[in-house]
Amino acid sequence: MAHEGKAPHVGSALSSVDLLVALYFALMKNDPAEPTASDRDRFILSKGHGCTAHYAALAERGYFPKSVLSEYAQDGGRLAEHPSRTSVPGIDAATGSLGHGLPIAAGMALAAKMRDEKHRTFALLSDGECLEGSVWEAAIFAAARQLDNLVAIVDFNRWSAMDRTDTLLEPLAVKWTAFGWLATEVDGHNFREIVEALESVPTVPGRPTALIARTVKGKDVSFMEDDLEWHYRPPSAEDLARALEEIGASGEGLPGGRSPA
Amino acid sequence: MRSAFIRGLTALAERDDRVVLLTGDLGYKIFDDFTARFPGRFINAGVAEQNMVGVATGLALEGFRPFVYSIATFATLRCFEQIRDDVCYNDVAVTIVGVGGGFSYGANGPTHHATEDIAIMRTLPNMTVVCPGDPVEAELAVAAGASHGGPLYLRLGRAGDPVVHHDPPGFQIGTAIKVREGTDGALISTGGMLPGAMAAADLLEAENLSCQIISMHTVKPLDTAALEACCRETKTLFTLEEHSRIGGLGSAVGEWISESGESCKLTCFGTEDRFADTAGSQDYLRQQHGLSAEQIAQRVMERLGE
Repeated sequence: MAHEGKAPHVGSALSSVDLLVALYFALMKNDPAEPTASDRDRFILSKGHGCTAHYAALAERGYFPKSVLSEYAQDGGRLAEHPSRTSVPGIDAATGSLGHGLPIAAGMALAAKMRDEKHRTFALLSDGECLEGSVWEAAIFAAARQLDNLVAIVDFNRWSAMDRTDTLLEPLAVKWTAFGWLATEVDGHNFREIVEALESVPTVPGRPTALIARTVKGKDVSFMEDDLEWHYRPPSAEDLARALEEIGASGEGLPGGRSPA
Repeated sequence: MRSAFIRGLTALAERDDRVVLLTGDLGYKIFDDFTARFPGRFINAGVAEQNMVGVATGLALEGFRPFVYSIATFATLRCFEQIRDDVCYNDVAVTIVGVGGGFSYGANGPTHHATEDIAIMRTLPNMTVVCPGDPVEAELAVAAGASHGGPLYLRLGRAGDPVVHHDPPGFQIGTAIKVREGTDGALISTGGMLPGAMAAADLLEAENLSCQIISMHTVKPLDTAALEACCRETKTLFTLEEHSRIGGLGSAVGEWISESGESCKLTCFGTEDRFADTAGSQDYLRQQHGLSAEQIAQRVMERLGE
């Protein structure tokens, strides 16, 4: 997608792939045949710039044909570099500007409480996003409203667009705890840890859950891992072939995918 | 207008259980009755307008009809991006209620003067902008807004605004109300300037000048049929708003004239491009910006005599 669309943010997408797989294939109650079912778990990609991973997860899960992925970042295509609500099934809200997703997710979680519905709402945030004040406005609100059906997952890949984030944010779990959340730290590439941390949500009655997921930007592609360059650089044909070879994918059948050279 | 709004909202909440009221920690005691009647549907979201608008969006995505209440400056400026990206881009039925349009909060100073809100709200795709002219219109606007079903900005005056409509007018979003007939000029007013327009028209009548009065309560979408009629019947249009002359009703009407090919004269009354540099009541500040009934009548007379 990023290669064909000449689009950036590959590193940000790769750091959250494992989290999305855990959510869509293990944790969330979701049915591609009924993408707006009232009892589904909700998902908001607050780090909208990482949407290629979300589009891919939705397509893999069966929300829409994989051929739609070739429309990413193309003139007239449905899939923009930040998701819109009406683009494809499975997008619960448009995102793109940071700091918006958690308040929206809190509103959805509040709606469930008001109607005594049991589904959960998950929001995936970037670490750099946690510098937005609105994230903490929502954190205060959700704890005060006892939204134990709300989960904030922070993709802590230690990079924002210009700089390291850990020097600004640490100790991040302590901050969420201080705001009244049940905060857990996991390896964001370890399915067992992710699933164990979230499978029993609401874990503590009355408390929203924060999952601090330690991740690697550009995960599993050696020349992209932990390299900020890949926040910006669209992969060339050679980059793509090499990356696909490293992750063991042929790329066949995938839009933009190529067989290894 | 504030009490009329709450009356309208309470009546609406009675028949529509999707109605939820969120406040940014403003409206001490005025929501007591609403809260007592609908305890689960009143949310004081605290002094956190960005989160409040995001939460309202989440509620609306789930089928609720949230009304978000704060002072007009805080309700529109602090959370402008949330209104744009969350409410308007997702195109959900959230009503942003800004109390204290224009200089309503007079001596509180420019931080509390809402003189850019109409301009910025009307730039947003999917947004409807409604500025009732008196408490009667405000109450009617609540029900009309709820059935409208999309993003809406409702700009109110304050407590104790004078009543203009002694018989309730027909109220439809996007349809201006002709309050008075006239042939020499048309005073097209939005928001709390309506009583001022009435007083100015009275003064002009004493000078044998007949001005019609239009309450253009909806600034977006603009009632262009009503404007066409004004041009046809009077040839001389005056817009009145307690809002910057940049970007508000006057600009909207001017944009329409320039594109419509209508030939008519337009004079825009509004606030000047500066912050108030002294304390002062709403009436005092209106005077400082040429918006008293006497100043309006004087200027209209000059223009009609040209």
